[in-house]
Amino acid sequence: MAEFLMEIRDLHARVEGEDTDILRGVDLTIRHGEMHAMMGPNGSGKSTLAKAIAGHPGYEVTGGDILLDGESILEMEPDERSRAGVFLAFQYPAEIPGVSISNFLRTAAVARLEEGEDMDIFAFQRRLMEKLEMLKVDPAFAARYVNDGFSGGEKKRNEILQLAMLEPRMAVMDETDSGLDIDALRIVSEGVNTIRDNDGSMGVLLITHYKRILNYLRPDYVHVMLNGQIAHSGGPELADRLEEMGYDWLHEEPEAATVG
Amino acid sequence: MPQNEAIKGIGLDEYKYSFVTDEKPFFKAEKGLSEEIVRQISAHKEEPEWMLEFRLKALEIFYSKPIPDWGGDVASLDLDQIYYYLKPQDHMERSWDDVPDEIKNTFERLGIPEAERKILAGVGAQFESEMVYHSLKEEWTELGIIFESIEDGLKLYPEIFREYFATIVPPQDNKYAALNSAVWSGGSFVYIPKGVKVDIPLQAYFRVNSEQMGQFERTLIIVEDGAQAHYIEGCTAPSYTTDSFHSGVIEIVVKPNARFRYTTIQNWSHNMYNLVTQRAMVHENANMEWVDGNLGSKLTMKYPSCYLVGEGAHGEILSIAYASDGQHQDTGGKVVHAAPRTTSQIVSKSISKGTGRSSYRGLCKVYEGAVGSKSNVECDALLLDETSRTDTYPYIEIDENLSSIGHEASVSKVGEEQLFYLMSRGLSMEEAMTMVVRGFIEPIAKELPLEYAIELNRLIELEMEGSVG
Repeated sequence: MAEFLMEIRDLHARVEGEDTDILRGVDLTIRHGEMHAMMGPNGSGKSTLAKAIAGHPGYEVTGGDILLDGESILEMEPDERSRAGVFLAFQYPAEIPGVSISNFLRTAAVARLEEGEDMDIFAFQRRLMEKLEMLKVDPAFAARYVNDGFSGGEKKRNEILQLAMLEPRMAVMDETDSGLDIDALRIVSEGVNTIRDNDGSMGVLLITHYKRILNYLRPDYVHVMLNGQIAHSGGPELADRLEEMGYDWLHEEPEAATVG
Repeated sequence: MPQNEAIKGIGLDEYKYSFVTDEKPFFKAEKGLSEEIVRQISAHKEEPEWMLEFRLKALEIFYSKPIPDWGGDVASLDLDQIYYYLKPQDHMERSWDDVPDEIKNTFERLGIPEAERKILAGVGAQFESEMVYHSLKEEWTELGIIFESIEDGLKLYPEIFREYFATIVPPQDNKYAALNSAVWSGGSFVYIPKGVKVDIPLQAYFRVNSEQMGQFERTLIIVEDGAQAHYIEGCTAPSYTTDSFHSGVIEIVVKPNARFRYTTIQNWSHNMYNLVTQRAMVHENANMEWVDGNLGSKLTMKYPSCYLVGEGAHGEILSIAYASDGQHQDTGGKVVHAAPRTTSQIVSKSISKGTGRSSYRGLCKVYEGAVGSKSNVECDALLLDETSRTDTYPYIEIDENLSSIGHEASVSKVGEEQLFYLMSRGLSMEEAMTMVVRGFIEPIAKELPLEYAIELNRLIELEMEGSVG
């Protein structure tokens, strides 16, 4: 096992076809079992980082590297990254009309099987029911078409349901808290905590605007992204400071940026 | 001629697949069409005089009608190069070993039982479902249901046959209907008596052993007052045939308060011109549903129609078309509102890939006096890539102000965000694309009996292979 679960080295990335980088040298290391929160104002590059990790075809990595267990994943397609253990909980999940959540999850589970391996459909169904219960969703939810006509909160729950079912090694959560009311936020957060309790080695990169979700999820480290770089890193207390003082003070002490 | 002999036309490219045909002499008409050939067909079928006259008259109409100048391109279809008439024996004696591996493999991958595969490949064989069919047939006979080949329908039930035959689709209707009327062969004759409700779908497949489906199939279905039934034609497995031209006519009468559904899924080989006229006359408070799937062929022109002639009649057309490389699916539906408070719904979905082209062509006609009539048309096209094409040709003619017509059309492309989303869960590009397509056709697939829905999905998966990268 490599020392680091995920290692991001001097990552530069831009929207495909654009002239300027959005990410301008991001360095970040995440060990097994750690949760890192990535905060920062709009447009600082947080979501671009999430997409670059998952391999969105609309983004181009122009420099640096992303390693999973010491191996570069940059040359891998999004599905290969997923099967290797990377998961992105989307900020804006796509709608797939006509495809039920259970069918979708089953297909995704089958895609993970080794060659010659068969899926135990009953075990899958039991697990699906457990996870639905954990997220306090009606079992009928699994029969609905993926994100089709879902409220913002339902979409986010669906993302966490997938996280729970697919059991990734490294989960990137892109603004999972936005659009959630306080009850939904609590349920989703408890779900994430349960998943982490079940799998102590899963790494989490939690991208968020607000400290609110950090009342439920206690990250080991908090980073602040500004202008495509990590401007500051610290422990959970950093989130409190950001809540009080905003982001402006960071511009004045960039030398404080250290990797946790 | 033996009674079980069917007459089957065969296309020019018969030898393309190197079938070994029987050495012993068999009768094959000259290429092309003539009065003599029509007379021979009628004589071999031992038809009554009126049918021969009908055929000859239809032939004249066929000659007199111009080729339609709308729809798909039929320029390379040479009607003089087709055999309109052939005894079926050579087909029946095809050996399974002669069926191309490509076709066998497709059957294999579709998971179709061996017996069914042979039938589909045109290899005559005894098959297990014959037993099933016989017990069903007994049950149906007790209920007074008639389910026969069209030839036997004419022989055994001449009065009912003559009363309805060609009244829904007369030979004058269009050039291909006239052609079919002149040379028709094969198809089903179905009669559901008053008030009889059948739960198990009548499947043409059960009947295959008695008569092979012809190139110019003709089906006549009569559903009496208050009766209910479902008929399924064809199969999602590739219809392997050496014919290059299929021109069927389907006529259905749905009497007052009756309900009828006609489901057909066709997957003709890609050299086939498939020009079909299918129409239902729907009477007072009756309900007619067409569920129509078109996957194969070079060109399909097919617009299932409902003529709503009785007050409160309802017609529904659900269709799905898949146009792959080199294919043109020109499909849709027609609804004619000719009585008050008639309602109709058309849902048409098409998928185009590569150089494939799908067209929606629909007619909604509301006659004066059809007050309170409502029609809703929804057509959705899905393009899988940059090169595929789709068009919509809705014709709407309203002569009654007190009616309401809705038409919605959408064209979508499989979106990058959808694909990325699915791929980020571990699905390959191909699996992701297939999943989006499956979801797209789901509203129609769910209307199919389960085994057909499964086969349709499998078939689309096969068609999708190699559609990316």
